[in-house]
Amino acid sequence: MTTEAGSETEVKKGSEQLGPDKGKDKPEEESETPENQKSREASSEEAQDSSSAPAPTSQSSPSSQKKEKVSPESKGISRFLPPWLKKQKSYTLAEPKDETKKRTTEEEQVVEESERQTPEGVAQPKKSLEEAGAENQRNAKADDKEKHSVPSPETQPAKEDGKEMEVEKVATGKEETQEEKEKRETKEVQTAEIKTEIIPQKSPKKIKTVQCKVMLLDGTEYTCDLEKRAKGQVLFDKVCEHLNLLEKDYFGLLFYENSEQKNWLDSSKEIKRQIRSLPWIFTFNVKFYPPDPSQLTEDITRYFLCLQLRQDIASGRLPCSFVTHALLGSYTLQAELGDHDPEEHRSDYISEFQFAPNQTQEMEEKVAELHKTHRGLTPAQADSQFLENAKRLSMYGVDLHHAKDSEGVDIMLGVCANGLLIYKDRLRINRFAWPKILKISYKRSNFYIKVRPAELEQFESTIGFKLPNHRAAKRLWKVCVEHHTFFRLVSPEQPPKAKFLTLGSKFRYSGRTQAQTRQASNLIDRPAPYFERTSSKRVSRSLDGAPMGISDQGLLRDFPATGGQTAGDKIIDIEAAGQAKLKEGGREDDGSPVKTPQLELTQDGKTNSLRVDGENIYVRHSNLMLEDLDKTQDDLLKHQASISELKRNFMESTPEPRPNEWEKRRITPLSLQTQGKKGDHIFQVKTLPGKEKQWTTMPWIAGAKPEETNKSSHETLNIVEEKKQAEVEIEDTLVVDETNKGKMQVATDAGETCKVEHLSKKDSSSLPSDSSSSSSSSESEDEEVGEYQPHHRAIEEVIREEQEEEDDMKRKEHEEKTQRVEAIPEGSKLKVPVEHTQVTAENLVQENAVTIATEEKNLSEEIKQDLGEEKEEEQLKLNGDVSHVDIDVAPQIICCSEPPVVKTEMVTISDATQRTEISTKEVPIVQTETKTITYESPQFDGSAGGNAGVLLSAQTITSESISTTTTTHITKMVKGGVSETRIEKRIVITGDADIDHDEALAQAIKEAKEQHPDMSVTRVVVHKETELAEEDEK
Amino acid sequence: MAGLGGGPAAFGRCTHAVVRALPESLCRQALRRAAGPEVDYARAEREHQLYVGVLRGKLGLQVLELPADESLPDCAFVEDMAVVCEETALLTRPGAPSRRKEVEAMKRVLESLNLNIVEMVDENATLDGGDVLFTGREFFVGLSRRTNQRGAEILADTFKDYAVSTVPVHDSLHLKSFCSMAGPNLIAIGSSEAAQKALKTMQQMSDHRYDKLTVPDDAAANCIYLNIPSKGHVLLHRAPEEYPESAKVFEKLKDHMLIPIANTELEKVDGSLTCCSVLINKTAVL
Repeated sequence: MTTEAGSETEVKKGSEQLGPDKGKDKPEEESETPENQKSREASSEEAQDSSSAPAPTSQSSPSSQKKEKVSPESKGISRFLPPWLKKQKSYTLAEPKDETKKRTTEEEQVVEESERQTPEGVAQPKKSLEEAGAENQRNAKADDKEKHSVPSPETQPAKEDGKEMEVEKVATGKEETQEEKEKRETKEVQTAEIKTEIIPQKSPKKIKTVQCKVMLLDGTEYTCDLEKRAKGQVLFDKVCEHLNLLEKDYFGLLFYENSEQKNWLDSSKEIKRQIRSLPWIFTFNVKFYPPDPSQLTEDITRYFLCLQLRQDIASGRLPCSFVTHALLGSYTLQAELGDHDPEEHRSDYISEFQFAPNQTQEMEEKVAELHKTHRGLTPAQADSQFLENAKRLSMYGVDLHHAKDSEGVDIMLGVCANGLLIYKDRLRINRFAWPKILKISYKRSNFYIKVRPAELEQFESTIGFKLPNHRAAKRLWKVCVEHHTFFRLVSPEQPPKAKFLTLGSKFRYSGRTQAQTRQASNLIDRPAPYFERTSSKRVSRSLDGAPMGISDQGLLRDFPATGGQTAGDKIIDIEAAGQAKLKEGGREDDGSPVKTPQLELTQDGKTNSLRVDGENIYVRHSNLMLEDLDKTQDDLLKHQASISELKRNFMESTPEPRPNEWEKRRITPLSLQTQGKKGDHIFQVKTLPGKEKQWTTMPWIAGAKPEETNKSSHETLNIVEEKKQAEVEIEDTLVVDETNKGKMQVATDAGETCKVEHLSKKDSSSLPSDSSSSSSSSESEDEEVGEYQPHHRAIEEVIREEQEEEDDMKRKEHEEKTQRVEAIPEGSKLKVPVEHTQVTAENLVQENAVTIATEEKNLSEEIKQDLGEEKEEEQLKLNGDVSHVDIDVAPQIICCSEPPVVKTEMVTISDATQRTEISTKEVPIVQTETKTITYESPQFDGSAGGNAGVLLSAQTITSESISTTTTTHITKMVKGGVSETRIEKRIVITGDADIDHDEALAQAIKEAKEQHPDMSVTRVVVHKETELAEEDEK
Repeated sequence: MAGLGGGPAAFGRCTHAVVRALPESLCRQALRRAAGPEVDYARAEREHQLYVGVLRGKLGLQVLELPADESLPDCAFVEDMAVVCEETALLTRPGAPSRRKEVEAMKRVLESLNLNIVEMVDENATLDGGDVLFTGREFFVGLSRRTNQRGAEILADTFKDYAVSTVPVHDSLHLKSFCSMAGPNLIAIGSSEAAQKALKTMQQMSDHRYDKLTVPDDAAANCIYLNIPSKGHVLLHRAPEEYPESAKVFEKLKDHMLIPIANTELEKVDGSLTCCSVLINKTAVL
């Protein structure tokens, strides 16, 4: 896999250089490095002739794609260009704006440096390849990510900003900026590609430093110099060090886009990418308000929390009654001034402090009166008393966001430790505890939560809220993901969980959970640090000067008085949808083990792939939307999106209580797959790493197809695939063309499956064009949609109060899932070990066509090629191994084998002609509504021709949603007695600037994976047509 | 002083009670949701006197008894006129126009207690105290025929420390027609479908987990919990003669000092136990 990916990336790079203006210096170096890498990889990789083969194919394909693409219009150029190239373009576009003005020369230098560095990077990737261990792969991925970043800069010789942007993109990917979106796309292309890219260019670049200003809670300002490409963590650590703060997980750094929009700096991503052109000014704030401050270990931590709360109160963000204002103010005085001294503390001493937004003489008198009663309290005691009272305030720790309900009524969404609160005019009109929330997602400017069915209800409901804009929706989503992860997930035992609260594609929570930070706090062994309590006077000053607090004041007050109550839109999922969900769950589960490794990788490297995965994972709406199709697609997508999905799986799996029980309970194999997988995955993740590694070595295969040049193999995915493979010997090749947002839009807009059809039409028109352009790989687009599925199990663990309910809920869920599973039989559960995902995103105006080609090849396939039936046996063995780890696995295998068997055929697949990969895969046929059509898609033809097999059947399924058109082509080929099923999906997502393309893409991929769990994603081609300006807007 | 009412531990603390004598006009002119037997004034008065006697004599509260006003047949139901939490009193704007004048007397008596008085002046707002359930941690406000959203908003503005959640109330007069607090963390709830539905709503809206005490009769679910320093948990509940099955449920509360009180006559005009008093915890220090 890696080799393939590397080859692909190389090709792309080369193409990139050629195509755009970029890569002047780079091309040569890059070309060299990739080749070397390839050769090394080939040698290193033993069994995989395929690996070597795939690379060439991939190369050829990309080039061909590029050529084709190039021919079209000017806009088409981006399409033609491979994702990297596209990135560059985007960069270039973006660059000129910022960069031209700024530092052209510096950028050039940087580029050179990066080039120099590349050799090192190359060496690393090679190593990773050789090892082929999952861990290694992970590392490699990280490296790749880094590398990616490097190459991009190279490509962008002209402008520093552009370069930097690229780097950032690679590292963090997807987050906030439009540019990021582009980057995201590249990330989506994923690990394999990333690796190759990374290899060439990493290098210690000139260290450019930027001066950062951080507004501290005491009103002072901290200044430091940071390397321009430094990640958020670097700055945050510096600040915490400056503050002598150890329990820092409750805190974070904010930066403001404007007075209203505050963003949390992602510590795992480069600062520059996050803030873009904003000044390097940050605000140190409490991010997670501990529900019980008395459990904090150190007084200094409580002190900073107090400072934050004083700001919150004085700004009005945290409303309190008159009495409470006075009481809290009196504790503030006691902490800062000590005992009341009649001589020193004259009548006006209080007026220098700000205790409330509207401070009256009466209040000050009350404060003074109460101050006298606190005599003898130490500052620490006064702080503790302050917190004991403040924590009881109903709005304590509630992060409010303006929104509208389905009826357009203004409401406020409050995110807190316990869940999501809905306010209207200061009244709480609804509340969704984390355990009740199955999924959190956003699409465009819409924010959705999927809620567990009530006691007597059978179906989950999805509630949608309208945020002011796309960024607001994303911000809210991120905050939700972070809060859920921090407060609900235990995960001292499961570090990955804690780490990856990922927000769809862009976002993931990389910090520790509350449980973990508490554990860590227990280890704090230092004398209570001395710190000077600054007067809250300063606090008031800071309020004045800092953008922070005041803006929020209005939130509660701002509640519009309009009558509509919160009740959001309830979207009732159709049974089919429910089934799909079940399937999804199962698929996800399958993917989870694989995913975990990726997750780790992502965490380390924060590569593009992460973004992609994340997006996919979080986007589960698509399933609901597409129903049948979604299932299969989802499966495919899962493979591709493995990282994000993995993350999600982890999240989900862990949070859900009683994973073992569930698994055991799963009587039906299908059900096992769907439901149990999550839990299993968790277990698997822990135990399997070794296996994963092995498998990862295997993956190679998929790359063979020419189109797959872009393929990126996900190691983690491989693991999952293995299991599935063992079960089923079918190879499925899925080509998914997805335009941005297609599925997402459906969910958001219609909320129901019906939507899908409507949306798709527009896209469909664009699709055909895209298909041609699809050859050119474009990286994932902006993340339009993000989904997040909280892990209920973990949640339960965390919150004991709700355990009972949760348990009940879970039981119900299991039942539901099992039912669904049964219903779903189709859902092919075979997972192909090798997944190649190439995503090329071209930014064209408004039209985004993404072609995702997924090929799932069983590791066993290779073996099977020769042995045939024996291969199957081997697979079983493999499965058995897996089963040791996961109880569910074995049953799953059985189940999987049954359903997929129906349509399975033995075929040799020569993908993309060039690569001679023989994989025997049983292709589970997607149950979605299919229309038998002659298969004419150019891509398929190409693949078919290459294979030189006999075409058994071809089906074309088209589903349309509001914004998305999904065309699914299923082709069965017989080659050399081996049947190969290829599914090519073309999804055209049409959206305006509001749409987060990355997200949409991620969703599409995810959906594809989910729909075809058995299949591996071999190729993803994304054509983006967007106007740069629009991107910027995003 | 204890902030936020001293926390949940202080829930039910009470020093003063405001009650109002029954006007004779009550019997024929009091508002009632459904026609029924006429109120026996003499018996109603006896029951009410017993009620006041328990508060004053048995529990040692300072009872402030307002005189009856014959022009205000519903004036005995003082609960609807004010919501008192800690040092703050919100004078309501009752949903029934005929009762608005009842607030005046309540205002005077509360002012005499030096409470922070907040008046509901918004003409679009209505709020009956009977729709306000304070749990010690938060407020639930029933949105009924007597109470509207605006009234609830004003209540939320008045008591900013607490979450205020709204609960739809359809089939009964007030939210507290079928529920009340029977302990610091204990909600007494009726068995009717409407009551159970409302309870679920409240449970969903709350960050806290309340224990529930389900009684067979909705009317019996309206009880009065007090935390009297010398007596501990005190619960005034409907007499066994009225609701024997519900009384059995209350009798299972071993930690509570149970005081059965009959309310047969006022019940005819939708009166409940909590309706007849406004309980105030006046802390001496502040």
